[in-house]
Amino acid sequence: MAEPGKALESRREQASLQAESTRPRRVFVPRTDIIEKTDSIILFADMPGVDESHVDITLEKGVLTIYGTVDAAYHEDYDIAYAEYSIGDYRRSFTVTDEIDQDKIGASVKDGVLRLTLPKAEKVKPKKITVKTA
Amino acid sequence: MWIPGFREFNWMQDMWLELDRMQREVGRLFSGTSIPYSQSFPSINLWSGENIVLATAEIPGISPESVNISVEGDLLTISGSRAVEELQEGEAYHRQERPHGTFSRKVRLPFRVDGNKVDASYARGILNVKLPRVENDKPRKITIKSD
Repeated sequence: MAEPGKALESRREQASLQAESTRPRRVFVPRTDIIEKTDSIILFADMPGVDESHVDITLEKGVLTIYGTVDAAYHEDYDIAYAEYSIGDYRRSFTVTDEIDQDKIGASVKDGVLRLTLPKAEKVKPKKITVKTA
Repeated sequence: MWIPGFREFNWMQDMWLELDRMQREVGRLFSGTSIPYSQSFPSINLWSGENIVLATAEIPGISPESVNISVEGDLLTISGSRAVEELQEGEAYHRQERPHGTFSRKVRLPFRVDGNKVDASYARGILNVKLPRVENDKPRKITIKSD
């Protein structure tokens, strides 16, 4: 079986090398859970304010990038009085190795949580070999 | 009598006190003894309107039934719990950054709120709670009678 964590690596540290954003917005790194299952890797990212029509997932040269756009939530007739969180977009990139079947990546968004399913390629799925008795 | 030197000294002392405070703050950030999740999650923003307050909280990935909102006078409490994905045999977390478990936040509002008129909605992982002011608590304009 593949070394845990190798199939999907965070490229968080490289964020500063990326091109500047075209939107004058703050960009946050979403908090992410990554679970390895026997035949796939599941990724959950907290992106409050994002729905399925506002998330972009791109896979280029083995780098999977998730980008969630949040509409500025200004409430008419209200003024901000106290703030613990600020509003911005979300971006995070992960390196995807060929252990992942890159054509079959699935994505859904529910209640501000992005769920990505990354199925493992056939060749890396653990195979059980039964020993036959003669 | 005003002595410049003394003033300078006091100012220095203030600065050291300030530096000391900052060091403690920074130390707290990195020592892992910062405010625990249960008391800092979810983050809450407050918006003030005319005799109404709107509280918004980022609570992604919960079902609205698992959140309890209660108001007592001017104290708003938001509590609930966020579940973790149940792992099956042979499954493992590579990364677990999303907060989970039970949480409870209390926020003091600028006025007493009518608990019967509180309106809460949840969309895209954001909770919106509208809290109108108690009717007989609203400011009244007092006219001065002249003889």
